[in-house]
Amino acid sequence: MIPAIEVQGLDKRYPGAHALCGVDLAIEPGEFFGLLGPNGAGKTTLISILAGLARASAGRARVLGFDVGRDYREARRRLGVVPQELVFDPFFTVRETLRFQSGYFGLRHNEAWIDELIAELGLVDKADTNLRRLSGGMKRRVLVAQALVHRPPVIVLDEPTAGVDVELRQSLWAFIRRLNGEGHTVLLTTHYLEEAETLCGRVAMLKAGRVVALDRTAHLLAGAQERRLELVLSPATLPDAFVPRLLSREGERFVLALPDLAELDAILAGLRASGRQVVDLAVRPADLETVFMRIMAGRST
Amino acid sequence: MSARAWVGFVTLLHKELIRFWKVALQTVLAPVINALLYLLIFSHVLESHVEVYPGVSYTAFLMPGLVMMSMLQNAFANSSSSLIQSKITGNIVFVLLPPLSHLEFFAAYLIAAIVRGLVVGAGVMLVGALFTDLPLAHPGWILAFAISASAAFGALGIVAGIWADKFDHLAGIQNFVILPLTFLSGVFYSIHSLPAVWQTLSHYNPVFYMIDGFRYGFLGESDVSPWHAFAVVLPFALALAALSWRLLQSGYKLRH
Repeated sequence: MIPAIEVQGLDKRYPGAHALCGVDLAIEPGEFFGLLGPNGAGKTTLISILAGLARASAGRARVLGFDVGRDYREARRRLGVVPQELVFDPFFTVRETLRFQSGYFGLRHNEAWIDELIAELGLVDKADTNLRRLSGGMKRRVLVAQALVHRPPVIVLDEPTAGVDVELRQSLWAFIRRLNGEGHTVLLTTHYLEEAETLCGRVAMLKAGRVVALDRTAHLLAGAQERRLELVLSPATLPDAFVPRLLSREGERFVLALPDLAELDAILAGLRASGRQVVDLAVRPADLETVFMRIMAGRST
Repeated sequence: MSARAWVGFVTLLHKELIRFWKVALQTVLAPVINALLYLLIFSHVLESHVEVYPGVSYTAFLMPGLVMMSMLQNAFANSSSSLIQSKITGNIVFVLLPPLSHLEFFAAYLIAAIVRGLVVGAGVMLVGALFTDLPLAHPGWILAFAISASAAFGALGIVAGIWADKFDHLAGIQNFVILPLTFLSGVFYSIHSLPAVWQTLSHYNPVFYMIDGFRYGFLGESDVSPWHAFAVVLPFALALAALSWRLLQSGYKLRH
């Protein structure tokens, strides 16, 4: 099967910076894929190369088999990009913006889909409003509509929920999930790792321009040793013997590392023996954020 | 060009035309009023004192120069301001993400610039017609110089819009390149009235040929032959078009 997105040995150098260092990645059609990494890791550079906004210094990038440089028309027709920045054209209304965007992709009679996008993204009341008069959240919806106006099979969302309220976030994800369910491939970059954990079947983690992890999200979580034990004690002090396990203290709550569940009995017995009473207790599984933090801290370039 | 590419080009051209037409007060009416003020002041001061060509009033002499100056400035302003605004606000991505080639991009911005130049030029002529009865000796030359000169400055606007990183850069080009080239090109005078050294220098100014040839189209009188003028203006326009095309093709400052 031809990958929805395929990059091979992708390298990008800017004066004084090596943004991507030979990245290899293949995303299958229909995947919901997360591209994670700290600021400056190269996520936006990679997306920019896929979208034709930047040119690779070396390597190849393809969208559904079409080279983003040589076959740029075919590649771009298959790609819808929601940019990170909240950009808009202040001269036009929402509907005009979508009509123009549709025309740029060579589509003349696209009004039915434009109407559907406007309805799906809750823009019906604002369809004839100038973009200047819209709130940030509404502008974000228009950006999503613009990216989807040519029904691209591959959708790239570059931090689409940055600064977006909960309601929009929920409705946006419901819509994107529906598109993914209908067969659209989704590539998502986000700093909200709980979003990536919930949505993405597979994730790649980038650090300083290199892929440092690439796996199914479930595998990454299953293989993680970062289970945590959260305790509220009375008196609210931790015996010295447990201090090496202490990960953090959040108010009255001590957060201890619990790599092996079998250790739980011994810990509780130790606390009782020291005269502490356990007021509250919770065992938390590892989350993507913890896995992310370990991977980012653990591997150097 | 495929049908889809054609739709893309037409849409971009349409967008560029609507963009300036939506703010016509500022992009069409303001330059027309500006030219009208020049016309009123200069013709009031010089009408009875200056006769450049025998039997031609100073106002009739001035009009073609003012029309051409307005066309050049506005053709330049259209492409350059559209590009710099899109770059600064970031909405340039909306035309970089679609499958538009540099040819479609170039043609849409250039044609929109020419149209704005011609619309403003027509506006100045209409208003000017209230003050002087301008002959139309050679309409073909009028059209040839109007289009080629607007194209040259529209292409220059594309180059400037791509190169500039902020509005200051663009203002610098307008104030230190466009304005001196147009003012020192014979809009307000015949270069034959200048000292020899300035006459020689004027012959290195392509805007002089644009105005002189354009004026010939109206008055049938000029400082140099219209063929000579066109032989300078056309290659100048083609060279600027080639430069702007090349910049778009390379992705300079657009596709990093």
